[in-house]
Amino acid sequence: MLRELSVRAPTGPDVAAGDVLLAVEDVSLAFGGVKAVSGVSFDIRKGEIRAIIGPNGAGKTSMLNVINGFYQPQQGRIAFKGKTRAKMRPHEAAAGGIARTFQNVALFRGMSVLDNIMAGRTLKMHRSFFWQLLRHGPALREEVEHRLFVEEIIDFLKIQEIRRTPVGRLPYGLQKRVELGRALAMEPELLLLDEPMAGMNIEEKEDMSRFVLDVNDHYGTTIALIEHDMGVVMDLSDRVVVLDHGIKIADGTPAEVMRNQAVIDAYLGVAH
Amino acid sequence: MDLLYKVFIDPFVQMGTAPDLLVQTLWDGLVAGVLYSLIALGFVLIFKASGVFNFAQGIMVVFAALALVGLYDTLRRWGVPAGALAAYLALAVTIAVMFGLAFVIERVMLRPLVNQPDIILFMATFGLTYFLIGFGELVFGGDPKVMIAEQLGLPRGAIDIKMAGGFVSMQKIDIAAVIIVSLMVAALSFLFQRTRIGRALRAVADSHKAALSVGISLEHIWVVVWFAAGIVALATGIMWGARSEVSFSLQIIALKALPVLILGGFTSIPGAIIGGLIIGIGEKLGEFYWGPLLGSGIESWLAYFIALVFLLFRPQGLFGEKIIERI
Repeated sequence: MLRELSVRAPTGPDVAAGDVLLAVEDVSLAFGGVKAVSGVSFDIRKGEIRAIIGPNGAGKTSMLNVINGFYQPQQGRIAFKGKTRAKMRPHEAAAGGIARTFQNVALFRGMSVLDNIMAGRTLKMHRSFFWQLLRHGPALREEVEHRLFVEEIIDFLKIQEIRRTPVGRLPYGLQKRVELGRALAMEPELLLLDEPMAGMNIEEKEDMSRFVLDVNDHYGTTIALIEHDMGVVMDLSDRVVVLDHGIKIADGTPAEVMRNQAVIDAYLGVAH
Repeated sequence: MDLLYKVFIDPFVQMGTAPDLLVQTLWDGLVAGVLYSLIALGFVLIFKASGVFNFAQGIMVVFAALALVGLYDTLRRWGVPAGALAAYLALAVTIAVMFGLAFVIERVMLRPLVNQPDIILFMATFGLTYFLIGFGELVFGGDPKVMIAEQLGLPRGAIDIKMAGGFVSMQKIDIAAVIIVSLMVAALSFLFQRTRIGRALRAVADSHKAALSVGISLEHIWVVVWFAAGIVALATGIMWGARSEVSFSLQIIALKALPVLILGGFTSIPGAIIGGLIIGIGEKLGEFYWGPLLGSGIESWLAYFIALVFLLFRPQGLFGEKIIERI
């Protein structure tokens, strides 16, 4: 019974829907003299789809890298599930329930689709190394359980036919889908998507949008996404935060943000 | 005509008329090949997981062997009776030492250099090499030592097998080496293919940032691979040490692994094994049958020659990954 729970753990009960899941407070990040992010604060509420937008070089990806521990900000705090942390490494963020995808797909190219998504289950597997070597008893049962879960994800993303293909051989659109699958396999509480639709055609974008909405609906996963396609952002997101040159210039519903003069200036330029 | 005959016909006639010599040569080649594979395996483990060509693999072999012999002597001085007990105690402590070494290397060398270009890490392994030479000399002294092969229960002597009017002589320690190495390789391949740690190792080999994002800790993985490479180095040290002696000059055997790696590909465990066998057997056959034509002594460079010819046709090695870049 207990094992059942650990495998199918629903997202943590400690944060109710609508409460703040992640709060970024006054975060600054600089590389040498270049300020990537300066004094940015915003929050992400449980169950919402939160878009982070802004022109190129606005600091969006840096922001995601700070959230999942790739970068350590020089200033500011981040509170996840009510706990403020001083310093967090990427694998600790993953263990805490933060999964992500990358702007330029980062997959395990030599491994099959199945193995890639199974890799997302790494932290959910607990059987000792010894049992795994024997491939017997509890370890085998565990492997089977996880495999079932992964097959569900594969069905959900409609990638059954390619499950044995090494991902390096797949077209870009499908690679992005596999990457989403690997993130989903972690059963994250917070899913960070870095331009999930970059480089896709209309049809692929529509598919991906539907997956994002379904993930949010079915699994109740909170999502933060960076996206350039305004149509997609308007359709998907509940709230939008806008960055420009590392500074937050707007925060609100898509409609509010679209009407904001600072945002319009940032995207279209201002006459001097 | 005469030369062509000597190159293309005569060696095969000799093989046919004296099959016992052929089998003997093949056996010697197999033994050498297995030991080359073992050294190459140490390189492959680390290269796969961290993309670093570990220049220090050779000195790790010497260090592990010296530690084993040195610890055995120390235990003897403390009054542990000579023999299997002291030898296996020393072996256990040496394994612990290799783990400690892996741990310290990760902490002091790899962690601060994370995300640096590969060449920086490569240079760092040079530093590690010279540190281990100095440290090893300081602790164990510079003079050659005798491997405690007998105390570890490795057999001595030879078996002679009669065949075709002559006989083939096999050293028992070589037979033991072939068996032990085969078991080690099987265990390592299994570890890589079938376990969660193996999947994590392959994941790290493919993409560091993706591995981090699914919660794989690079630090743990690096300790694991350097420890595994340390164990491989220890096995290599015991086997080579038993055939000659344990001294710092043993580290040049690491250079023997280069052609094996070129042949087998830097990232493939089966490649290291097959590559080692091809080089080992090719070397002995070449030396025995074609060597006299060139005035002998071709063993030292033939391996590199075979590897070069291979490079012309398969730059990625026998089993290496072919890298296709989007331009």
